[in-house]
Amino acid sequence: MAGGAATGGSAAADTYKSARHWLLLPSWLVLVLVVLAPVCMMLIYSFLTKEFRGGVIWEPTLAAYDQFFFDRGLFGDDPPKIEWTYITIFWRSIWQAGLATILSLIIGFPTAYFIATRPERTRALWVFLVTIPYWVNLLIRTVSMKFLLRDQGPMNDFLISTGLIDDPLRIVNTNLAVQLGLFYSYLPFMVLPIYASVERYNFAMSEAAADLYATKWTTLRRIVLPAVKPGVIAGCILVFVPSLGAFLAPDLLGGAKNFMIGSLIEEQFKGNAGNWPFGAAAAMVLLTMVLILLMIFARQQRRAEASP
Amino acid sequence: MKPIKRMTQTAMALALMASGAAAEGDLVIYHWFEYIPQDLLDKFTAETGINVTMDTYDSNESMLAALKAGGMGTYDVAVPGDYMVKIMAGEGLLDTIADGELANKGNIAPEWADPSFDPGRKHSIPYQWGSTSFSVDSDVYSGDINTTDILFNPPAELAGKINMLDAQGEVLATAALHLGIPQCSTDREQLKALNDLLQASKDNWVSFNSDTAKEVLVSGDAAAGMIWDGFSAKAREEKASITYAFPTQGYVVWMDNVVLLNDAPNRDSAIKFMDFLLEPENIAAVSNFARYADGLTGTAEFLDPALATLPEANPHDGAGPGVFVEACDEATQAVYDQIWTNLKK
Repeated sequence: MAGGAATGGSAAADTYKSARHWLLLPSWLVLVLVVLAPVCMMLIYSFLTKEFRGGVIWEPTLAAYDQFFFDRGLFGDDPPKIEWTYITIFWRSIWQAGLATILSLIIGFPTAYFIATRPERTRALWVFLVTIPYWVNLLIRTVSMKFLLRDQGPMNDFLISTGLIDDPLRIVNTNLAVQLGLFYSYLPFMVLPIYASVERYNFAMSEAAADLYATKWTTLRRIVLPAVKPGVIAGCILVFVPSLGAFLAPDLLGGAKNFMIGSLIEEQFKGNAGNWPFGAAAAMVLLTMVLILLMIFARQQRRAEASP
Repeated sequence: MKPIKRMTQTAMALALMASGAAAEGDLVIYHWFEYIPQDLLDKFTAETGINVTMDTYDSNESMLAALKAGGMGTYDVAVPGDYMVKIMAGEGLLDTIADGELANKGNIAPEWADPSFDPGRKHSIPYQWGSTSFSVDSDVYSGDINTTDILFNPPAELAGKINMLDAQGEVLATAALHLGIPQCSTDREQLKALNDLLQASKDNWVSFNSDTAKEVLVSGDAAAGMIWDGFSAKAREEKASITYAFPTQGYVVWMDNVVLLNDAPNRDSAIKFMDFLLEPENIAAVSNFARYADGLTGTAEFLDPALATLPEANPHDGAGPGVFVEACDEATQAVYDQIWTNLKK
């Protein structure tokens, strides 16, 4: 089975047993210092009282979460109703990130499959080509994308000169531009894990399926996809999660007209609001959502592995 | 133990080298983007032997946040706008400049020597001042542009093609001018009217961009947009049809100021730098670059002659009053934050 590699090599695992703790120490340090400590700080901050114009007062309160979930009107003294503002913002971000993920999957899967089925000596070159855009800073790539797409930009000039359209396509400052930006930014994160899975796939199994009169579609659906599913899931997570918190593409390509999760949180720390506990609370809600999502994926995967 | 000993020695050597460099003089500036010519910084280094390092920010609020989140003790000087000087002083972030410390303090123009946001200039010196209004591409719309209706009740040619600054203070202050209500109002009817105005105007606005406020006008992404006067002058150099408006309802005036930060690691360098910027020739170089006005006397001979007649810096006779953005108290600011969130939700 293709999944066999994951459990292999127990004898080799013992080689460094005596030094294990020391060898793991750097990883643990990094995890605690740059992952756990900041998250704990955010968690604590989200339960503190806001200081006017940024900062926190060390008095515990639920005010930040109250602001997130309850609407008390413009002046804060109406009877509380469900607050839809932030739910709308979160839903908009999830929708954008979801579309970007699906778009990446549609383009990324065939690309990865293509690369993995090339002769072995050219595969490295293809992978290398996929990573080339990463030599350029994300900000510059996003600005370039805006330049290409804008109403009086090269793409519209070209389309008009060929006579395909009469009026420029309005793409910049729309949701479509944001999705294109996210898709373009994170596509390699989809291609590379799927490529790694497809490369390990034993194509003799496809041949066997064909010998047993499976159609190409059935082979893809019942043989290839289940075998490369871990790569597909990893790719989807790697595209979806950063898209969810992105604020560069929404700001530059979407015109910053509507808050996304990322820009809402940014506004609390860098904007006029200066409401650090609320920014921390919004970040914790986002983190909780992502964790739940990952747990659902993990559980499904375990169930798939457990089933015969 | 040996490697550890060697590491300690290396660290000590590095520490010594670092402090040696500090003795020769360093200066760490926290400044707006695209706001000081590199030539001027080179000139300062050539005159004083002080090495200059600069980080940049794109709004008063992000600068304040960075300083409060651990940036104090890193920077020597920053360049906050008028209301932000007052806020920073209130937060205890600013060091006091003693009398006589600045040799060139007398060069400050009388009208800027005792501003409301820093009485007596205890913490700050003038850097540049100007206005925040909006510009219109006169090729797209040729009617009267000197009214805030352009932003809040636009003609058909401009509807849906307006860029706003992504800055709560300046947008809400301009909206208050349009409605003729005070900034930091506590009157509920006025605040509701302000909220309604922004909700109704939003469909006419295509984007909220501050750092690309010039570029969106030049590229044609927006046909009208809020902008600072000097930025608009630069835009006009690239596209002649971009015209800056001084609305009859009034417009926002601002002044950026160099402030001495508390816990400045190189306080002496900071004082030298402030004195350097108080020399008319040097601050004129900033104005020639940034296209804003300075706050000193005796700069006229060093200024680019074109600045004196710059249409962006010389309001027409019918222009309304220029007003500073006000810093509201906490309870009032909470309502304004809510209005801003409603706008962008």
